[in-house]
Amino acid sequence: MITQYLTYFLAAFVATIGFGILYNVPKRTIIASSLAGATGWIVYYFLSFQIDLDLFVGAGAAAFLVANCSQWFARYYRMPVIVFAIPGIIPLVPGGSAYNMMRAFIEGHSDMAFMYATETFLVSGAIALGLSVNSGLLQVLSSKKLGKRDKRYLP
Amino acid sequence: MESYPVADILDVCVEAGQVMLENGAETYRVEDTLYRIAKSYDLVYINVFVVPTALILTVQGKDKQDHTELLRMTERQTNLEKVSKVNELSRHLTQNLLSPDEVKEKLREIKQTPRNFNQWQRNLAIACACGCFPLLFEGTYEDMLPSFVAGGLGHVLFDIVNRWTNVSFFAEMVAAFFIGLCAVFFTSLGIGNDINTIIIGSVMCLVPGMAITNSFRDLMAGHLLAGVAVVAKALLTAGAIGIGIAMVLTFL
Repeated sequence: MITQYLTYFLAAFVATIGFGILYNVPKRTIIASSLAGATGWIVYYFLSFQIDLDLFVGAGAAAFLVANCSQWFARYYRMPVIVFAIPGIIPLVPGGSAYNMMRAFIEGHSDMAFMYATETFLVSGAIALGLSVNSGLLQVLSSKKLGKRDKRYLP
Repeated sequence: MESYPVADILDVCVEAGQVMLENGAETYRVEDTLYRIAKSYDLVYINVFVVPTALILTVQGKDKQDHTELLRMTERQTNLEKVSKVNELSRHLTQNLLSPDEVKEKLREIKQTPRNFNQWQRNLAIACACGCFPLLFEGTYEDMLPSFVAGGLGHVLFDIVNRWTNVSFFAEMVAAFFIGLCAVFFTSLGIGNDINTIIIGSVMCLVPGMAITNSFRDLMAGHLLAGVAVVAKALLTAGAIGIGIAMVLTFL
């Protein structure tokens, strides 16, 4: 059980490091962004596959967690949030569902294909929702400080 | 406070925006940064409009004259270090102002920063990442090696074709086709259990994960035009990968 989680954690960690290097994340923050990504993936796995919630619930919660971690890392390292969030989100991207959708379309099972298409859309929507809920919360919670600053273009 | 010619300030703003946009910043971040830079030089009526392929900036200086600059973007890549450096520079500017020439000098330095890792190190890293994905998609340990090889080679091929033809749609299609062939080859040799897991894992190196997340963030931030443009890019990429894989799967 624990070894299984540890393997998954390591796999997600290495995958995020790989994408961090591809996207040229600053050297001193690679480990931090990979930590965020691996933690997010473990949460996704636990919620969606261990206690069998819907895929998009797990993906949303995991994306929220990744965004939240990224935000704290961003404050600590004084860097924009995307430096941590973009590599961290990668393991959650519904590559499997997208592939299954394409395969089902080709093999002529359009009912299956639509099921997978819905899944892909819901999961990517949930990821985006998790990210935006976090930045929304941040703005609500720190609105006093933001009010003092100038008008900003913010999401 | 000294006042600088508005044209110089605009040049600096546009150059900063170019560096950010070229290297994969979200459009709202570019708008915010340009707004802040222009604001710190005491310009008024600042309007910034950014879409992934262009950037328009209009300001009014102390002489009550409106100035506009437009920049057309063609190349896009992802280099988060440069984005974070420009971000840092803009924060620095709001606290203590530099002259436009000094800022230009700093921007030139940022532009010339080399990547942290060279081409082969990057390919190796992406191959390792692809090798780990089968585990995440409920595959087995035997699927890791084929995925490692197929993902790494697929990414190398994508880079080569992309540089050669400059059409990323075509490059993604060729790379996906190659990955499919690799997966078929390995499973027919008896290495690896499940062809689907191998393909999913190794195709992840082409998946537009960043475009998907960035576009949804832009959409939710109300930047509908930019968001839709990036969604279109992501869909095109997904379609290219799908077609490439489909060409292999139909002949199975």
